[in-house]
Amino acid sequence: MSNINVKSPEVQVREVRLGSITGFEGTAEELVRCARAGNLQDKTRNFSQCMGCSSRTAFCQLSMIKDAVVVNHAPVGCSGDFFGFNFTYRVGQMERNLPPTIGRYFNTNIEEKDTIFGATQKLEATIREVYTRLKPNAVFITTSCASSIIGDDVESVANSLTDELGIPVVACFCEGFRSKIWTTGFDSAYHSIVRKIVKPPRKKSNKVNIINFWGSHIFDEILKPLGYEPNYIVPFSTIADLEYISEAAATIQICPTLGTYLGAALEEIYGVPEIKAPPAYGIAGTDNWMRELGKVLDRQEEIEKIIVKEHIRVIPILEEYREKLKGKTAYVTAGASHGHALISLLKELGLSVQGAAIFHHDPVYDNGKPDSDTLLHTINTYGDVHNYNVCNKQAFELVNILNRMRPDIMIARHGGMTLWGAKLGIPTLLIGDEQFGFGYQGVLNYAERILETLDNREFVSNLAKHSSMPYTKWWLEQNPFSFLGGNVHVEVY
Amino acid sequence: MLKFIEQPRYSCAIGAQQTIVAIKRGVPILHAGPGCSAKVSDIIGQGEGYAGGNNIPCTNTGEADVVYGGEERLRNVIDGALKVIDGDLYVVLTGCTSDIVGDDVGRVTAEYQQQGVPIVFAETGGFKSNNYVSHEVVVNAIIDQYVDINYKGEKVQKNLVNVFTTVPYQDPYWNGNLEELKRVLEGIGLKVNILFGNESNGVSEWKTIPQAEFNILAGAWSGLEIVKHLEEKYGTPYLHFPYLPIGGIETTKFLREVVEFGNLDKTKAENFIKSEEEKYYSFIERTADFMLEFRYGLPRRFYTILDATYSLGFSKFLLNELGIIPAKQFIVDDTPEIYRKQIEEKFLKISDFRTSTVSFSIDGGEIQKEIRQDQQKNRALILGSGWDRDLANDIKADLLIVSAPVTYRLILNCGYAGYRGGLRAIEDIYDRVLNTYR
Repeated sequence: MSNINVKSPEVQVREVRLGSITGFEGTAEELVRCARAGNLQDKTRNFSQCMGCSSRTAFCQLSMIKDAVVVNHAPVGCSGDFFGFNFTYRVGQMERNLPPTIGRYFNTNIEEKDTIFGATQKLEATIREVYTRLKPNAVFITTSCASSIIGDDVESVANSLTDELGIPVVACFCEGFRSKIWTTGFDSAYHSIVRKIVKPPRKKSNKVNIINFWGSHIFDEILKPLGYEPNYIVPFSTIADLEYISEAAATIQICPTLGTYLGAALEEIYGVPEIKAPPAYGIAGTDNWMRELGKVLDRQEEIEKIIVKEHIRVIPILEEYREKLKGKTAYVTAGASHGHALISLLKELGLSVQGAAIFHHDPVYDNGKPDSDTLLHTINTYGDVHNYNVCNKQAFELVNILNRMRPDIMIARHGGMTLWGAKLGIPTLLIGDEQFGFGYQGVLNYAERILETLDNREFVSNLAKHSSMPYTKWWLEQNPFSFLGGNVHVEVY
Repeated sequence: MLKFIEQPRYSCAIGAQQTIVAIKRGVPILHAGPGCSAKVSDIIGQGEGYAGGNNIPCTNTGEADVVYGGEERLRNVIDGALKVIDGDLYVVLTGCTSDIVGDDVGRVTAEYQQQGVPIVFAETGGFKSNNYVSHEVVVNAIIDQYVDINYKGEKVQKNLVNVFTTVPYQDPYWNGNLEELKRVLEGIGLKVNILFGNESNGVSEWKTIPQAEFNILAGAWSGLEIVKHLEEKYGTPYLHFPYLPIGGIETTKFLREVVEFGNLDKTKAENFIKSEEEKYYSFIERTADFMLEFRYGLPRRFYTILDATYSLGFSKFLLNELGIIPAKQFIVDDTPEIYRKQIEEKFLKISDFRTSTVSFSIDGGEIQKEIRQDQQKNRALILGSGWDRDLANDIKADLLIVSAPVTYRLILNCGYAGYRGGLRAIEDIYDRVLNTYR
């Protein structure tokens, strides 16, 4: 049965839709084997530290649509992420030479009395006022734990205001408690876009959708010589841009963890083919991805020529880097698919990956194709990873592991994790731009940054000497997975 | 009346997690949804501290906890936190989920308290209040559930005071401010429980709260419930100085009120004040020619878009010590109705010669619209937050970011309170002004 149901206001959470999990300890191979066999078990943690939630990931995408506003139907604390995403939005405007514009985001300020009487009137009044003030082309309503538990009928408000105001007013259901996997929030945002913004295609275009965050625009270089035009979504799109993503020739995802739902939805509903090969990280990965791109865009010959040309350019330089990085060990912590990509990159560069702490695992993506499995692809291409840990950002486990492993370098993708490498004196690298490592050039980009980081030990050595540790001695002596247990089958999760 | 918020500048009740992070070796434990802590850190974070940020233990409420209740899950997380995180005081804070569902967190926490674990709980479901209010709730919870239990009726210590002022982390300059307030109060002969940050001794200091001779609140309203509570509980009188003392005039005024209230040794205090003022005004005097002669334009009006404590403190300082004239002031902390009148009155007597108008609003977009409509006759200074950057650029004003979210500044130990803070404020303001000339 299909996972895409645009008739339903809410997207199914990943635990239910894909059988995704957040607790595993073992080898990467074991994980993939269980996932492929359909008997993946989730483990819960008796003790846990704070994570992120879906409302944040949903907002991450919706907040940067240029002519929409977001109304967060929640107590004020839920809007704590407004400024951070506004900052990112501004940095992106700067990089794209767009005029500086402040993000227009509103919070309905749910208070105690509203939890008794309901807050839908407040929501309606807020949207009307916001519309009068700004005349946006769409309003997205993001929900919260509070609005959901008190039972506010946000969908009805959205529908009636759509009629009243004559613009799409779209409910995006992304309350935090629904899912342990915060990437579910991306699915919520995309679901709200596919369900209420995207229109049926009028004609096919030569555009290629690129589902991404806010990184550099590396796809211009790849697609333009092939006669295609990249259309980066969702940040920095307009509502009009999004209406016709159904007309695109294909959809590329910078990361299937991010774009699984939207990529599959566009293919299933509007026949926009999704590039299903795992993203282009590492030489072999890039070859594989390029070939699929060539197939889908009908540019196979051109692609083969590019592959040959790039190999001639890149491989000799790569050999030099491999020589320099020989014998170095690394540990990775990141979201799922991008984490797999980082493992590929490191192994391509000849580093030994001692282990990884990856935030969740999707046994399958929304397209249902085993070929898209990024971890399987990494293992097949570069071999197994021992000490593969699935954990939703549990710093205490990471500290314990790093304290034992002491790799030469830690690579992180998310904020809040690098500190633990540094406090232990381990050089740590975080790269915010997810497109930085993509493609042939990406391998070289990473190699250069890793060398710089390895070379730059002064800060971390000194920090390690002077830092305090909130974790007890007792804990650092325990098995890092002491609190992980009680196999729970995902279906009863 | 609509009370929606554009451009939030504070957090909800669970924002009080930062109050705990500001206590030395204090550890918050959240019984809340998975995203709450991260969102608090986003707006009033500025670094993890000792055991804040990503280290904060949390039940990460899921669907099952909402349906079946989450008390058992909370027990597990408390058990783990006590083993894994090395702290002196653990504070359980609830979020929207557990408060609406109705988990009996008090009962769960009491089980640990009975075993002698230093643990406290407070209801801080986001919808209950904001972090200005819940700061009071949490401090009072620590007093009732931890300080009081450890209090064996020890005598009042002569000249010992507890100081309460801005809300840690909500005030980005909290640590520097506390350091300076402690320094000047010690200068006039007091022993000071500063309670938060580097200059505090952590929980051992909190334990001596009941022994204070009197309490000091330097702030507009947040904190009043704490000092009133201490008065009821231990009979400790309190002095309320209704804003943050910034610079020479106000710090001296503050110290003299304390001396008077506490019946302290006047000679000793006046000697300290004299020596501080001498230093302070030597710098002002040395640079007065700059302020008088810089011919390319200095700010001549100011707007504050700040909480009440800062708004009053800075308005008095800018007008009376730097000669910058108040335009309209906006107070953005959702000041409870009952305190508004007295704050307005303070603005009516902002100096001996002048009054200033103030309005209370939590809607950043509206505030900015109103300021943009003003006629910009001369150069303006805005004291606001990161949200006000475009406004400042557009009306060619100088912006000093004083309120959360700061983002465009990195703050380590900068503070604007006291004599030293006043000098620092002058440096920072004119640094920004001069930086606009190429």
